[in-house]
This record gives sequence, structure tokens and C-alpha cells, in this order.
Amino acid sequence: MTDATGPDQVTGATPDNAIRNADRADNGPVLAADGTPLKRSLNRALRREKTRALLLIAPLLLFILITFIAPIADMLFRSVENAIVEDTLPATVEALDEWDSATEELPSPDVFRALFFDLFVAAEAKEHTQLGTRLNYEQTGISSTFRSTGRGLDDIGELYQDVFEDQNELWEEADFWYAMMNAGDGAAAGDLLAAERARMAALTDEPKDGEIGFAPSATIASILPRTTREYTAFAILTALVEEDVVAEEEPWEAVFAALGLDLQDQSLRAGIEGYSGPGAAELQAALANVDSLPVVDYRAAFIEEDDDWGDPEVWRTLQTYSDRYTMGYFLNSIDLQLTPDGIQSRPEDEQIYILLFQRTLIMSMAITLSCILLGYPIAFLLANLPLRTANVLMILVLLPFWTSLLVRTSAWKVLLQQQGVINDILVWIGLVDDANRLVMINNQTGTIIAMTHILLPFMILPLYSVMKTIPPAYVRAAKSLGATDWTAFWRVYFPNSVPGIGAGSILVFILAIGYYITPELVGGTTGVFISNRIAYHISSSLNWGLAAALGSILLAAVLILYWTYDRIVGIDNVKLGG
Amino acid sequence: MSGLPPYATVGQKAWYYGFRVICGLIFFFLIAPIAVIIPLSFNAEDFFTFTPEMLSLSPEGYSMKHYEDFFTNSEWQQALWNSVRIAPMATILSVSFGTLAAIGLSQPHVPFRRAIMAILISPMIVPLIISAAGMYFFYSRVGLQGTYWGVVLAHAALGIPFVIITVTATLVGFDRSLTRASANLGADPVTTFFKVQMPLILPGVISGGLFAFITSFDEVVVVLFVGSAGQKTLPWQMFTGLREQISPTILAVATILVTLSILLLATIEILRRRSEKLRGMSPG
Repeated sequence: MTDATGPDQVTGATPDNAIRNADRADNGPVLAADGTPLKRSLNRALRREKTRALLLIAPLLLFILITFIAPIADMLFRSVENAIVEDTLPATVEALDEWDSATEELPSPDVFRALFFDLFVAAEAKEHTQLGTRLNYEQTGISSTFRSTGRGLDDIGELYQDVFEDQNELWEEADFWYAMMNAGDGAAAGDLLAAERARMAALTDEPKDGEIGFAPSATIASILPRTTREYTAFAILTALVEEDVVAEEEPWEAVFAALGLDLQDQSLRAGIEGYSGPGAAELQAALANVDSLPVVDYRAAFIEEDDDWGDPEVWRTLQTYSDRYTMGYFLNSIDLQLTPDGIQSRPEDEQIYILLFQRTLIMSMAITLSCILLGYPIAFLLANLPLRTANVLMILVLLPFWTSLLVRTSAWKVLLQQQGVINDILVWIGLVDDANRLVMINNQTGTIIAMTHILLPFMILPLYSVMKTIPPAYVRAAKSLGATDWTAFWRVYFPNSVPGIGAGSILVFILAIGYYITPELVGGTTGVFISNRIAYHISSSLNWGLAAALGSILLAAVLILYWTYDRIVGIDNVKLGG
Repeated sequence: MSGLPPYATVGQKAWYYGFRVICGLIFFFLIAPIAVIIPLSFNAEDFFTFTPEMLSLSPEGYSMKHYEDFFTNSEWQQALWNSVRIAPMATILSVSFGTLAAIGLSQPHVPFRRAIMAILISPMIVPLIISAAGMYFFYSRVGLQGTYWGVVLAHAALGIPFVIITVTATLVGFDRSLTRASANLGADPVTTFFKVQMPLILPGVISGGLFAFITSFDEVVVVLFVGSAGQKTLPWQMFTGLREQISPTILAVATILVTLSILLLATIEILRRRSEKLRGMSPG
């Protein structure tokens, strides 16, 4: 802009100069005022305009992407995500990989031992019940198995702990352990610490990067690998979750169990004998007494805690759901189940979702249909009345449209009750006996009546705007050609109004299948939709994965309908309030 | 439909009046439920139906006690206060972001216009329960769940499509030579925006803002999930009231809200007419 309005400078880019330049450069490309080729100059202007438009849109786009699209993406992700099994029991999942689920044999004792250490840490972090809840969706009863086992794990560790503490009371001292395990001035096992931080972060779903006042000694890590691993896990949770000082806390029972296993390990013997750091004397004394340590049968110990660990079915479920991503939730939402033997249908009495989807569809169709039946005459009347009268009557359509959803729902709740206004009137007229008042609420009738009322304006408004565009001359022409009123309407007017019916129906249907509030309040148990089930799984049963999968299916249905709507009507033509 | 011709047959006359009666009944279906709650809210008893005293129009049948309850009960007052705190903030966010974007979208050359439009409109299309579920999951990851700002951001996102739609509709009739003329007279883009463009599209902006406001003010599903007890809004309080201990105070609140909607409807209608007049799109 300033280029064009600035003072004329002899050497600057003035139109005169540009023409002179163009004259000089004979046969060259057409030039713009500033001497650049016109094509490039135009392109640059276009690009500038595009950038400006995008810059204006960018803040909002970013806003919507963060506040709205990211949550939707998160929901889609949660519908397949299943990291909890691997995050809570990493070593078990790895060890269980080799187990053949087809056999009736239980997994090897190694798997049970891995489970002991995994579950011990999970129980300390109070995450084991969550895993139990997760697996309980797939096999009822697992939840209580995890809960009861979580309480009994200390007993297994104490088998070792008691032996150590009988040998030397120093093993009870927190600072003795700390001095032995901590790197201090010596070399620290950084990789091990980082790996344990990552394991604890995955377990608790929170970053574990804070200062813990402990670093595992590299020497001790090489001679007592299991012990160092457990102690490091103990140190991280103590410092960052319990917010205690590591050097002042006695280690978990699992650390003693790990130490016992390290001492019993023949391949580590030479290393321990050659060790000379803090606690060397006590370690070597314990090694000399290694025969007094118990040889624990982890399999038997687990089965003693809870019989279910002796059931291969529990292990099959654990193995089937050990992948980080699962189709399980989606299968559950169509009444199927992922089992070790492939996809099977759920038990007869747990099949509810197909029925619920069907009911949602059928009731939404019923609502759409009654909206067409009630909306068409109104739109027809409004479109054919003089504009002034139509505008006045339009207020009767717009007022409900503008009234709070909850106001309308509460109105229906008041009207439809057994002691409500409608029943009172019917009894007063004598149509209904006082003893058998009609049940119109907390069932499908209630939902359909209330939702037809709530969604009717969404049918009338698009129908009206389509009917306004049908020239009245068409019907007059048909009549002058001899058509009766009915023929003229049915053969000429109605086909012209079909796009309006299509637009209104899709709009009403999209809104209806996702409704939550009204079915929740007037639907009782038989008049609820799939959205009520989603809400139930989010806030009551806490099965978020299933809620996300049900939501994703509903979302897909809505998006397909929306795409159809866009093709028929065009999203730009959405009008609000007439 | 514009009047009966003098030569109409009996059948045509019957249909003409019959159709009007049918339409009258449908209008009754639309308005009656809203109209009924207004007198019921003045009920002197704690009933949800007309008492004999009310039907005989005796003054004893009527009272303001449910309104008094609304204005004195601390739970309702807290809910009202929360609504009043959340809705305007959400409206400001949606209107400022939305108006800018609508102006950007109405430029002649916008790359990926359809895709951008689809994303911006999506909060209106996606069922509320899905938005609520997604926001609950995501906002609890980032620590916004159960906070004032979480609810405000969620409501702003829900209100944006309405602002985009109303403002772009206003901009369709906007004469772009006006901005060029203003630039030609030496105004910079910011001055042009505030002195020339803004006054002309203001009716659209305000009605978009009213839509955004009512969306937030009426919204209950998302706030149920994203909010916590500290963000309990008026619709939330009504929802729990309807589900658990149904009290006639709800009808008093409903009546107040109906009055509010009538005021909003009137404002939007006036703005729409004014905007059409300004743009010369309608004679009246």
C-alpha cells in the first residue's frame, strides 16, 4: 500500500519508471511497477494474501486442535491402548511369552518368581488393584485375586528377611543398606537407574525424574544384580512417592528376597567373595551361611495366597491381554470377547451392547419420523403464509429452540408423571381411571415424546428454508393443467421439498443418537441410549477403555452421517435461528 | 394457502380449516410444556401439578416461595455464581478467536478451506457425550480436569462453531471495496478493521456471542465430566435436582431461564434485522 501512495521518487518504483523499464527491456516478460516480472509479482501478492488469511485462522485452529481435537484423539487412542499389563508386570509378561497357553500345565516357577517381584513393586506403588480391575473386565474374579495376593506378598519376602536378620542385626539398619548400595564417590550404574526410573514412571503414569538422593553403585550392581534392581526401585518410590529419605528407610521384603536369590546364584559367588566395599564382611558371612536361606517355591507360595493362581485360565487371560494394544474393548462393545482360543461371543447374560446400539438406532429413527410428521405441516404452513404472519408464528418455533434443554426436560418430567398434569387432565375428563394412571415416563414413550419436542425445531428450520425456495408458480401450473390439490401437492410440491426432509432428518438423527441428558432423566431403564452407557462406564464402572471404544463407534456413525449431510446440504448452509 | 378462493368446494374448505387445526395442535405441543411450568412455579404447595386452589385462581394457591428458595439457598446461589463466572469468559474466548478466524476464512484465497471449516465446526457435530468423554480423559492427563479453566476452555471450544457460522454469514454480504476504499484513504489495516469492518459485522459478532453464551450457560454434559463440585453450574444443579431430590425450585429456575431466552431471542432477532438492513439485503 505504502509503495503506491508514497511520493514519486525518480529512482523509485513508479508506474512511469516501470513503463520506461519495460520499454528498455524489449521482448522481455511483462513487468510489474517495481520491475519484477508481473507473474512473480502476482504470485507473491497471492501468497501474501493466503498467509494473511492463514495467520488470522491459525490461533483458532490451534485452540480447537488443543481443546477439542486432541481430546477426541486421546479417546480414540484409549479405546485400543492396553499398556497397563506390560507396564505393571514387565518381567512377568516377558517370561510368560514362552508359555504355551494350549497346555493345561501351569507356567514355570520362573514366571511366578518374576510375578512376585513385579507384583511386589506394583503393590508398593498401589497400582496392582488397577491391573486387577482391568483384567476383571475380561475374566470375573481376577480383581480379588490381585487384591488378596497383594496383601500376602510380604510373607514370601519375610522368609528371607527373617534369616538375614537372625544372622546379623545390621540387616535391619536402613543406613547399613544405604551405605552398601549407594555409589557415593565411586562409579554409579547410571543405565540401571535410568531403566528403573522408566519402569516406575510407566508403572505409576507419572514422570520419575526428580532427585532421589541415591545412585546404585556400579560395583554392587555387577555382583548383586537382582538386589540392586529392587533396591533402586525401592529408592525411587521412597523418595518420589512416599517423599521419605532413602537412607532412613528399611528396604522392602522383596529386596531381601532378591538378595537371597543373588546369594544362591552360583555364577555370582566369585564376585561376592572378591568384593571389598561397604558391607563386604556381612555379605561374605551371609554367603558362608547360604544353606540356611530358604529355597522358596514361588509357584506353591502364590497358589497358597490365592487358589486362582493354580488355574491356567487366569494365566491365559494374562497372556492374551499382555499386548500394548488390544482389540478387546472394541470386541466387548459388540458383545464379543478376545479369548486365548480366538474371538468368541460373550456369555448370553452379558450381551447388552448390540441391543443398546439397536435400541439407540430404532428410537432415533422413531424420533426422526415423528419430527417429520409434526414438522412438515408446520414448515408448509409457515412457508405459504404471508411473511409477516409467518415471522410471528416462527417465534413459536424459535422459543422452544432457545429455551434451555433442562427447562424443556423438566417440563416434560412434570407433565408426564403419574401425578402430573397430563394424567390429572385425563382423569378429570374421565378417559383414564384414577387407579390406572398412564405410565408415560421412565420408559421409551417418555424419551420419544420429550426428544421429539426438543428436536422438532431442528426439523422445521431446514424444511422451512427449502420450502421457501419452491416457486408457488409450480403448484399453480400443475393445477391449471388439471391436477387436483392432492396431485399437485404429491407430484409437484412434495418432490421439491424432499431435500429439506433429508437435511432435517439427518440433522435430527445425528443429534438424537448422541443424546444423553434427556434419556438419562426421562428414560428410566428401557429408554436409555448408548451415550448413557458411555457415561456410566466413565463415571461409575471406570472402564474407560470400553467407554472410549463405545464412543469411537458412535463417533464413526455420526461422522458418516455428517459427511452425508455435507454432501446433501453443505456445511456452509447451516443456518441458526432462521 | 393464502386465503380460500370463493369457489372452494366443501372438501377444500374442510381441509383448509382442518389443516389449520392440526397446525394449531402442533404449535400447542411446542409451546404448552414451556408455558405450563410458568404458573406451576408459583405453586404454594410443593407439588408439580395444579392444586384446586390454583385452578380456582384463589390467591392462597399462589406464592413466591420457590423463588425465595432460589434466591436464598446457598447451593443455588453458588451454582448461579459459577454459571455467571464461566459463561462470559468462554464467550469472550470464542468470540475473539472466532471472529478473527471468520474474517480469515472469508478471504478470497484460503488454502484447505473445506478441511479447516470441517475442523472448526466439528465441536457442534460431535455428540456432547463424546466431547465430554474425550475432554475428561485428555484434561485429566494435563491437569485441567476439575478446574475453572478446564471448563472455560471446553465451553469456548463448544461455542466456536456458532461464532464462525454467524460471523461468516454476515461477511458473505460484506462489500470488500469498503476496506479498499478505507486503505486508499490512508487507514492502516487495524484502523480499517475497527472503524469500517467491525461496525458492519458487529450484529453478526454479537449474535454469535449470544449463541456462544447460551451454549455455555445451558451446557451440562461437558461440565458434568470436566468440572468438579467447585464448578457446579446452574444446569448441573438442575440436572442433579431432577435426578435425585426433585424440588419445585427447579420450576422457578426454569421460569427465570425461559425469561432469559425470550430476551436473548428478541435481541438476536433485532440484530439480524439490523444487520440485513445495514447490508441492504432486505427492504424492512
